[in-house]
Amino acid sequence: MSRYFTEDHEWIRIDGQTGTVGISDYAQGQLGDIVFVDVPEQGKGLSKGDEAAVVESVKAASDVYSPVSGAVIEGNAALADEPALVNSDPEGEGWFFKLTLSDPSELDSLMDETAYEAFVAKL
Amino acid sequence: MSDHDEDVIIETLALPLDGWHRARGGRMVEFAGYWMPVQYEGIMAEHLWTRESAGLFDVSHMGQITFRGEGVVPALEALMPADIAGLAFNRARYSLLLDENGGILDDLMLTRQAASEEDGEQVYMVVNGATKYDDIGHMIEHLPDEITLNLMEDHALLALQGPKAVDALSRLIPGVETMVFMQAGSFDWQGHDLWISRSGYTGEDGFEISVPAEAAEAFADALTAQPEVKPIGLGARDSLRLEAGLPLYGHDLSPETTPVAADLGFALFKRRREAADFPAAARILAERESGPATKRVGLLVEGRQPVREGATVIDASGAEIGRVTSGGFAPSVGAPIAMAYVPLAMATPGTRIQLSQRGKTHAATVTAMPFVPHRYFRGAK
Repeated sequence: MSRYFTEDHEWIRIDGQTGTVGISDYAQGQLGDIVFVDVPEQGKGLSKGDEAAVVESVKAASDVYSPVSGAVIEGNAALADEPALVNSDPEGEGWFFKLTLSDPSELDSLMDETAYEAFVAKL
Repeated sequence: MSDHDEDVIIETLALPLDGWHRARGGRMVEFAGYWMPVQYEGIMAEHLWTRESAGLFDVSHMGQITFRGEGVVPALEALMPADIAGLAFNRARYSLLLDENGGILDDLMLTRQAASEEDGEQVYMVVNGATKYDDIGHMIEHLPDEITLNLMEDHALLALQGPKAVDALSRLIPGVETMVFMQAGSFDWQGHDLWISRSGYTGEDGFEISVPAEAAEAFADALTAQPEVKPIGLGARDSLRLEAGLPLYGHDLSPETTPVAADLGFALFKRRREAADFPAAARILAERESGPATKRVGLLVEGRQPVREGATVIDASGAEIGRVTSGGFAPSVGAPIAMAYVPLAMATPGTRIQLSQRGKTHAATVTAMPFVPHRYFRGAK
């Protein structure tokens, strides 16, 4: 399984045609205490760059963009009751949604883990 | 001369405790023209710590101003609806700087400082950071020439807030524990003159402490060395004041809002109402009689999603009938809360209303404020 990152701090983990999307540890640290997450519904079609989810900290609301195009398989229902999972395990249990990729070649424009670490180090 | 302003790059300024915050991991943001810490370990933890122990806030961006001169009390009364003449020495009072239409230019705290033979009486005032230079401009324009005004830029302002604030501060400065809410006085700490009032902006017991800039770091060190005290950022200051039902200037109050619409009628003192001698008194007193068109209320928002400043209050057809001026997740309530201006007919607690934010509708209920009970110290039980 490989993992990619966007400049907006989303990650996507690829398993065959399925991608799991969340926000990076850096992003959750910048947002602070997460108090609400709105994830997309099953079946929703997303284009790369679409607003896919909303994450709200005590301070502010932020949009989460889909790193690739595809159809949503499921949103992470656990986040409704426990949005703080995004803080405690952003790149694991705190995932936002899964989707079926419609164009895997879009992954080529994303950063791999090493490139993302270098990107964040410059911020 | 040109008829438009040149582009001026205004540098963000550092306050006396700038390095102190950075050394302690404060995340610095630009606020009111200064670098200020928005958070340390996290807004939620800092908020809850303040409610159960004591939090140290740096509010040195606020304007500390002293006024003196012959007739200083009536001169200041002409600009605001407070009864200053009826205020005892070393007592603090909340008031509003009003424009000629009754709009709110700023909200503030003022204290009468005891008169001395040679210096005469002095009034100490704390105004908001973002408005302090506009306030000074307005006051210089409207105060008589005999009144001198001094912006205390050589002083930091700290707030120590929370149920254990009195334990921590009285260990350093014995005697502060005898003051009650809205009482103030001069104290010595290691040879430095501090001006301390038992007041704050969190709804908790606590103190606001004016300290000479050169002593600010040592004093902040001494406070945070107390086991009850942690430094707290502006983020938790905002969530704490929202739960306490306290309005924030520039958000819940503005020149477009009047004292009556803002539900700050307590700031219109009886003697001043009877004399009708504050700015726009006729208009404000008429509004007080007939009721304002809209009124500031508290809202409990259903669900978990925060509804924030800028969201609208809508009627059944979706038309805008009011506006949310502050809102967010309330850590001590465990739910989203907000303040909004709503039509007077909908301002009664228990009224159900609809809010619109980014295309989504949220249900909310008008509720009495504060959302979290105030715990001010008003004297030994």
